[in-house]
Amino acid sequence: MSEEQKSEQEKSTGKVPFVDYLVLDKTPYLQAHECESCGSRYFDRRNACAKCFEDTFRQVPISREGEVTSFSIVQMGPIPYVSAVVDCEGTSVKCTLMNVEATPESVNLGMKVKLMTYSMGEDSEGTEAIAFGFEPSET
Amino acid sequence: MGSDAIWIVGSNMTKFGKHPDKDVIDLASEASRKALKDAEISLADVGVLGVGNLMNAGAGIGQQLQKQIGQTGIPVFNVSNACATGATALRVAVMAVKAGETDVGMAVGVEKLAGAGLLGQTGQKPKSETWEPNGRYGALSSTEGRIGTGIMPGVFAQIGMEYGHKYGGTSFELFARISEKNHAHSTLNPLAAYQKRFSLDEIMNDVMIAYPNTRPMCSGNCDGAAAMIVVSDEKMKSMPKAVQKRAVKISASVLTSDPWVDGCQILPDVNTLTRNAATQAYEQAGIGPEDLDLVELHDCFATAELVHYDNLMLCEEGGAVDFFESGAPWRDGAKPVNVSGGLQSKGHPIAATGIANIHEVVMHLRGEAGDRQIEGAKVGLAHVIGLGSACGIHILEKVA
Repeated sequence: MSEEQKSEQEKSTGKVPFVDYLVLDKTPYLQAHECESCGSRYFDRRNACAKCFEDTFRQVPISREGEVTSFSIVQMGPIPYVSAVVDCEGTSVKCTLMNVEATPESVNLGMKVKLMTYSMGEDSEGTEAIAFGFEPSET
Repeated sequence: MGSDAIWIVGSNMTKFGKHPDKDVIDLASEASRKALKDAEISLADVGVLGVGNLMNAGAGIGQQLQKQIGQTGIPVFNVSNACATGATALRVAVMAVKAGETDVGMAVGVEKLAGAGLLGQTGQKPKSETWEPNGRYGALSSTEGRIGTGIMPGVFAQIGMEYGHKYGGTSFELFARISEKNHAHSTLNPLAAYQKRFSLDEIMNDVMIAYPNTRPMCSGNCDGAAAMIVVSDEKMKSMPKAVQKRAVKISASVLTSDPWVDGCQILPDVNTLTRNAATQAYEQAGIGPEDLDLVELHDCFATAELVHYDNLMLCEEGGAVDFFESGAPWRDGAKPVNVSGGLQSKGHPIAATGIANIHEVVMHLRGEAGDRQIEGAKVGLAHVIGLGSACGIHILEKVA
């Protein structure tokens, strides 16, 4: 998302996304930079494509549904959490799993998950930050 | 022109562990001077110095080392390449000898890490009054925990779990049993930081760091150094018979970085660059994985060891679980892996690791590994990987 689009979004909604690639539409979604030449997808600001070296990208929406292909339950801090890789119809996404107990019994490889968003709170000017995670599809 | 073979004629590693009374240069000096002595060679004969250190990468550790053991004016390459730093320092020495710039090269890897805690992405930015996007993702604050994890135990846990998702057969217990093997092996290695044998129950019931890796399934931060002297074929043949007899041939020396594959910027891909390095190394050496008598591979976490059985082609693709279940990687198995105790018990002083694993193989090929000697070992492979990523593989042979 460009800086202008972003500030436009902030003015109209009073909300900002936690990362550039989270689009706060009515139905929020993740958006990737897709290489126009080879189709490789990236979430960070790019200088060029790491696969084919070309430097033109288009914005593509990522599926809100996915499958957990890997996870770890990180227990080094005060609150354990589930770090996961989700395959969203062919595009890998890194995330924290939400609304699930951080125990090996509650998370499975291959489990179906969907995108969700939540508030991180407001800053001193009343702007609310919105973060994303994935949660079990069944809930 | 003679053969372009490169030989290891001197090798040493310090005891790994806590060295509160020694600084980085003390440790590097000890390993360097003992490696020179092992080669019966003078520092005056050394034409190039490759020095690896990660925690003080900008400090010119190579020159600081020279200030203590000998300033001869030779070129120094201070290198830093994550956990593959030591192997990278050796690559520099090997390349210089191979290029004919000198007949004798020295490589040193050294680190002081005891008590360093968790490594990886941990930085927290000071909180500003308003939400400000930062970095290439425009993140409003640290992504750690908010968008998964970038801390090593969690990343490598996911690498093992990904293998399980792809091929099946993995479990918490399986990963713990890999750790059980390495800790059992360590009891025979007096240079290991930890020589304690753990039962499977003890491993599984220890503190969980990042499921499925408990504390004993993670490599230990510690202090240590390792050093190696490499020479050209011509030089080796001019050395004393006793040195020649103990010389070990570097049949392959390979360094790769991670090529682009789908999803590699989401979860680091430690597989493709290892497989590429292994393929190149086997080709260079003209041997296959079936010829290896022992393997030291980069078990920074128990979950990592499993995937590298496959990446190094010690088993068929997808067969790492069966390979482990067969008992092959135990020291009395068909393909002993990490008889040194591996990083989980030997310890992981990062920049020393990529030379220390080669030192372990050298000791076995020379028949000098003491109680943990793999009898009759003739060919060995040492593998190291630094996340980011860099992979170093060396294949060594006892020829004489």
